Amino acid sequence: MENRPLEYDYTVAKMFMLTTVLLGIVGMLIGVILAWELAFPSVNTLLGSGVAEYTNFSRLRPLHTDAVIFGFTVSGIFATWYYVGQRVLKVSMAESSFLMFMAKLQFWIYLLTVVAVVVSLLLGITTSKEYAEFEWPIDIAIVVVWVLWGINMFGLIGIRREKSLYISIWYYIATFLGVAMLYLFNNMEVPTMFLSGGLGAWWHSVSMYAGTNDALVQWWYGHNAVAFGFTVPIVAMIYYFLPKESGQAVFSYKLSLLSFWGLMFVYLWAGGHHLLFSTVPDWMQTMGSVFSVVLILPSWGSAINMLLTMKGEWQQVASSPLIKFMVLASTFYMFSTLEGPIQAIKSVNAIAHFTDWIVGHVHDGVLGWVAFMIMAALFHMAPRVFKREIYSKSLMNTQFWIQTLGVVLYFTSMWIAGITQGMMWRAHDEFGNLAYSFIDTVNVLHPYYTIRAVGGTLYLIGMFLFAWNMYKTMTAGRRVEENELQNASPMAA
Amino acid sequence: MFHWLEKHPFFFSVGVFVVIAFAGLIEIVPNFAQASRPVIGTKPYTTLELAGRHVYIKNSCNACHSQLIRPFKAETDRYGDYSLSGEYAYDRPFLWGSKRTGPDLMRVGNYRTTDWHENHMKDPAAVVPGTVMPAYPWMFTNESDIETAYAEQLTVKNVFSVPYNKELPMKDGSSAVVKLAETLEGAQASALEEAKLIAADMKDKSVQDAVAAGKIPEIVALIAYLNSLK
Repeated sequence: MENRPLEYDYTVAKMFMLTTVLLGIVGMLIGVILAWELAFPSVNTLLGSGVAEYTNFSRLRPLHTDAVIFGFTVSGIFATWYYVGQRVLKVSMAESSFLMFMAKLQFWIYLLTVVAVVVSLLLGITTSKEYAEFEWPIDIAIVVVWVLWGINMFGLIGIRREKSLYISIWYYIATFLGVAMLYLFNNMEVPTMFLSGGLGAWWHSVSMYAGTNDALVQWWYGHNAVAFGFTVPIVAMIYYFLPKESGQAVFSYKLSLLSFWGLMFVYLWAGGHHLLFSTVPDWMQTMGSVFSVVLILPSWGSAINMLLTMKGEWQQVASSPLIKFMVLASTFYMFSTLEGPIQAIKSVNAIAHFTDWIVGHVHDGVLGWVAFMIMAALFHMAPRVFKREIYSKSLMNTQFWIQTLGVVLYFTSMWIAGITQGMMWRAHDEFGNLAYSFIDTVNVLHPYYTIRAVGGTLYLIGMFLFAWNMYKTMTAGRRVEENELQNASPMAA
Repeated sequence: MFHWLEKHPFFFSVGVFVVIAFAGLIEIVPNFAQASRPVIGTKPYTTLELAGRHVYIKNSCNACHSQLIRPFKAETDRYGDYSLSGEYAYDRPFLWGSKRTGPDLMRVGNYRTTDWHENHMKDPAAVVPGTVMPAYPWMFTNESDIETAYAEQLTVKNVFSVPYNKELPMKDGSSAVVKLAETLEGAQASALEEAKLIAADMKDKSVQDAVAAGKIPEIVALIAYLNSLK
């Protein structure tokens, strides 16, 4: 290896790129089915009443969220790690057969776990805790996958040639530690079979915490899973891919420092905003509310750092669809991290909680920020990993606009639906009686549910275009060597 | 300091962990020090109710229905008294939910009957025109899992000291005991006794035949659970 440029080994990155695309389509397809089921309940039985048990809203809903979080996003995190990690640490996976083996092991256990998740959720095997629905055997498998990733991450850091850790690595480390802590504590459960003399379903467990405590731990997890699954690792990606793609240095190192440590410190306090007006102690609700607002600072810190990285180079937004994806992702990040704190203000939360506005908030975040950034990362990686040019630039552009339209339809309809619903629930007539029955508030949502379903469908169509473009890049793109590539990815006309 | 941390991954990771663990320690630990204490009148679930709770969870009813009444006039008007922490003392897991596509069910036992639930699960739109809730016909044929419910009862009794077979004070000054059978057969027998009472209020012939034959369809257990929500 002396005197020769380092050859990075992308075997594992490729494997996870594949699951990112595949599970992204699966997760979003289920999401679209759910959206249509809410607009038109008869969709539930479209495949016949015999399978309705497995296709109805309640069984598919956890499958949708888990497929998108643990399938699409986590695959994207792993895929980018196995690409970015080597490059910023200046060390190739091929140099360590041990790490290579561990990485492949991680992939295959991950894939098996995904299959187990799909089967168990369709069968209704769930603990009911949101985004932590898996029963204990699967939880253990997930911990194994995570530990294997940790071994890989710290192994690679251990044999690095680059002395100083680049910003992206900070965020990957935080992702690893944060998720590990949250996941372990929230999934503390007692398998009932072992303590009842072998009775009942072997997979069944009972939560270690009861009632209010259980809710507290769950939303400490639920909110911060957003932090360490949807924010921190995605920021890791943009800190690597945007400067690389645009050829611009990160705007400010000090701002990166401030926003990183700020995010680490503030985020974990904010989980309490899921429990406003519930039975958790009042001071905790207030802390959750206040820290949610403070959270704007570190969030906007990274977003502004990214947007200002484009200073003087804004023409790239017009010429490169990839830069478009990333700049829009940052913009949606700012939008979503302003919307969240607004919803965490007690008086706003009183209307917004339990309504579709929350659903809208989640989706402008994940569709606009997370998914856009992951797709941009994959687009940047593809020419370097497969040694082929991106198959079609115009297809990328089309995908960008279709999906942007999809997101806009999604969150605008859910804004209106949520606020309408919240206002109708609380409305009283002049005699002090409730003005509407519950079903009135359901009926009024129909048009917005339909618009949301259309928006979701557009986004899904974009995902298919993405998958097609990636597939053609792998098989039919023009061959290219990495040293031919400048800052920006090569583009066919 | 930060430059130094960036060159020492171990200390960097320790630093990150301390910073993120901090908030959890401060916010969560104090509440655990005073674990959820049941308010007067709160009882642990019977075997059949717990089996019904499992049916509720299995079908993710909590994805659309909350079990948390907030202290607002509109909510107490619509659903009843607002929630108290101690009412959830035996809820493992909690089922507050995060979205109300349908109404709150915290006190549904106060204003819906067995008959209403039966019709609603079979054909929601027939009871509530315009609803987006799907029908759950398989609950009328699937058998409920009494054994797992009993296993859970034994577990929570042994591990978390849930007071089965103990006298519990009720709101009206009387006391009540939730019995836990010694054996699985005993638990199944008492669940069946309870199921018979519910099936007597139901119209579905196949459900009544099943209960008469000693089987407990999921719908019966689910209704037992829903009726217990008060």
